[in-house]
Amino acid sequence: MAEKFDVIVVGAGMAGNAAAYTLAQGGLKVLQIERGETPGSKNVQGAILYSDAIEKIIPDFRDEAPLERHLIEQRVWVLDDTSYMGTHYRSEDFNKPPYNRYTIIRAHFDQWFNKKAREAGALTICETTVTELLLDGKKVVGVRTDRKGGEIYADAVILADGVNSRLAVKAGFNSEIKPKDVALAVKEIHFLPQETIEARFNIGEEEGVVIEMAGKISAGMMGTGFLYTNKESITLGVGCMLSDFKEQQVTPYELLDRMKAHPSIAPLIAGSEMKEYAAHLIPEGGYNAIPQVYGDGWLIAGDAGQFVNGIHREGSNLAMTTGMLAARTLVELKAAGKPFSAANLSRYKAKLDESFVMKDLKKYRRMPDIFHNNKQFFTTYPDLLSKAAQTLIRVDGVDKKSKEKSIKQSFINARTRLGLIGDAFKFWRAVE
Amino acid sequence: MHSVVCIKQVPDSAQIRVHPVTNTIMRQGVPAIINPYDLFALEEALRLKDRFGGTVTVVTMGPPMAEAALRKCLSYGADDAILVSDRAFAGSDTLATSFALTSTIRKIMENMPVDLIFTGKQTIDGDTAQVGPGIAKRLDCQLLTYVSKIVDVDLEQREIQVERRAEGGVQFLKTAMPCLITMLEGTNEMRFGDLDDLFRAARYDLKVWNKEAAGIDDAEMIGLKGSPTVVSKVFAPRPRSQRAEMIETQDNDPKNLAVTLLAKMFTQHPKLEKEIAKRAR
Repeated sequence: MAEKFDVIVVGAGMAGNAAAYTLAQGGLKVLQIERGETPGSKNVQGAILYSDAIEKIIPDFRDEAPLERHLIEQRVWVLDDTSYMGTHYRSEDFNKPPYNRYTIIRAHFDQWFNKKAREAGALTICETTVTELLLDGKKVVGVRTDRKGGEIYADAVILADGVNSRLAVKAGFNSEIKPKDVALAVKEIHFLPQETIEARFNIGEEEGVVIEMAGKISAGMMGTGFLYTNKESITLGVGCMLSDFKEQQVTPYELLDRMKAHPSIAPLIAGSEMKEYAAHLIPEGGYNAIPQVYGDGWLIAGDAGQFVNGIHREGSNLAMTTGMLAARTLVELKAAGKPFSAANLSRYKAKLDESFVMKDLKKYRRMPDIFHNNKQFFTTYPDLLSKAAQTLIRVDGVDKKSKEKSIKQSFINARTRLGLIGDAFKFWRAVE
Repeated sequence: MHSVVCIKQVPDSAQIRVHPVTNTIMRQGVPAIINPYDLFALEEALRLKDRFGGTVTVVTMGPPMAEAALRKCLSYGADDAILVSDRAFAGSDTLATSFALTSTIRKIMENMPVDLIFTGKQTIDGDTAQVGPGIAKRLDCQLLTYVSKIVDVDLEQREIQVERRAEGGVQFLKTAMPCLITMLEGTNEMRFGDLDDLFRAARYDLKVWNKEAAGIDDAEMIGLKGSPTVVSKVFAPRPRSQRAEMIETQDNDPKNLAVTLLAKMFTQHPKLEKEIAKRAR
C-alpha cells in the first residue's frame, strides 16, 4: 500500500468518530480503521448521550442523529435485597428544547456519526484490525493491519481503540490495564411496546427516564446498576470492578439476573422480550490510571486513555471531547506547518488539562481507591439506610424517640462511632 | 472472461422477530446483509477470475441502501458494481425482478460480452429460487441450478463442466456458455479481501441505473403492475413451545399418569377418543 495519509484513526467509536470528523473538517487526509463489521457494531454503552459534547462537534446533531428519548427524570436508587430508597428528580425544564440528555442505541448512533465523518471527507474501512503500530525508532509512522498488503503509513496515528488498548501496550508506550482499574458491565435490551413503557414510567412520547442504582444490586461489590428507557425498549445493566468479580466468584450474568428479579425492578420489565445481551469493560481507574496519552506521532483518545468519570456515569462525552481535542491539536500543527513530534503533541495534554475532562477526573482522583478499600459503602450502608427508613415509616406503637435511638444504635453497632466518622470523612474525600 | 453476479440485500432473517403484540414482522433495527447464498456465487466468480483472468460485475436491484451490499462485494474483489434502483421497481415479484435484471444484463452485454451469470440458489427472505431461472429463460441461455462445484471451463470451446446436486446423487454436467449458474451453499468460503480492494470499494463511484438506464421502456412489466403474485396474508407460525404442556402429578403411579395423559389427549382430539373406543369394542 503506497498511499500515505496525514492521520490514521484507529477505531470508530465516540472518540474515533469525533477525531475523524474533526480532522476531515480541518482538511486533513484521514483514514479511519474499524475492526467491527460496521461502525458501532462492536461498541457497547448504556447508553446516554450528553448533548454538550456532541454539540461542540456537530452543532445541529438533533436534526438528524438517531436519538431515542430525551430525559426528563433522573432516579437514584440505593437497593438492598427487597427494597430501594432513593430520590427522583423530574422537571418540566428538561422538556424544553434544546434537550440536555438523550438515550441512544449505539449501533444506530455510531453509524450516523461515522457517516458524518465520511461526508466530511474521512475514509473509513471496516472489518479490518490494526495489529500493530509501525515504528521508526520511537516515532509512529503508520499501522499494520490483518489484511493482505496491510501496511499503511501516516504522519500521526490517533489510538481510539477503546478500553484495553492493545496497540499502545504492544508498542511499549503503556502497561497492561489492571483488574482493579476496569469494571465489567453487562447489559440487556428488552423490547416493550412504546405505550407500555410510557405508561410504566409515567412519561409521554419522546420523554425518558433514567434509574441509576447502587447497593445490594452489586452483591456487595463495588459497582452500580442502571435502567434506561428507549423508544421501544428498556436497557438495563450492572457493572462491577473486574477484581471484585474475581474475588467474589460471582458471574456477571448472575448479578444481572439477580437485578432483574429484584422486586422493585421486575415489574418495570415484566412481559418484555430480551433482544440483545452485551458485555464490556469500562475503564474506571480514574485520574491516576490515565496513561501517557501522546508521543512521537501518536495520541490516545477515549476509553483507550481511561477517560471515564465513573461516579457521574460519563464516558462517551469524554471520549468525544478527547477525540476532538486530539484532532484539533493535529489540525493546528498542520496549519502551522509543524511536525507531529512528541514536543509539539504535548499541546494535546495542555488542552486536556484545560478542559472539563481532566478537571473532573482530578476532582475524583481518590475515589477509586477509597471505594475499592471500603466495601461498606456498597454493603453495610444500603442495609442500614433501608432498615432506618422502614423503622421510621412503619407505625407499630413504638414511640418516635425510641425509633430514632434504635436507628442510631444500628449504625453504631455496624460501624462504631469512630468508624462512622471515618466513613464520612472518606466519602467526603472521595467526592471532594 | 466476464461474470455477472446478481446479489440481493436482505434482512438478516436470523434476527427478524415477530411483534409480540401485533403479530407483525419487526424489521426495525434488523441489519441488512448480502443474501448468504449469493456470497457463494460471488466467491465462485472471483475464483474463476483468479484462474482465467477477466472481470466480475456485481448487480443488484433494490433501494438506495443496497449500495452498502455492492460496496461490500467490491471490497471482496469484484471489479464493477451496478445498482438498479427506481421507484418504478417497487413491489416487484420474481417475474418482474427477473425481467428488470435481464434487461440490465443485456445492457451490460452491450459494453462487454458476458460468459457466465451467477446467482445464489435462492434468497433467505423470499426463498423462491425463481429469479435465477427466470433470467436464464428470458436470456434464452443454459441454466444450471444447485451447482456445487465448477470443475472446468474451456474458454476456446466455450464450455463449462460442473457438478450439480440432484436428488439422490451428484450430476456431472457439461454445457455451453453463456450460461446461468445458481450456486449451492457451503461450496466455498468468501475470501478476506485485500486492503487495496477495501480502499477501492470505499471510494468507488458506484453506478446507479434507473429503469431507462437499465433499458426498460415498458413500465407494465415491472413493479406492482408487472407482478402477478399476490401476498394475501403474512402470519407467524405458532411457536411449538406454546403447545407443550407439563403435567404435574402427586404420585408416581404410571397408571394414573397414563389416564391423565389420555384424558388430556382426548379433550384435544375428541375424534381420536371415538376411534379408539370403536376399535376397543
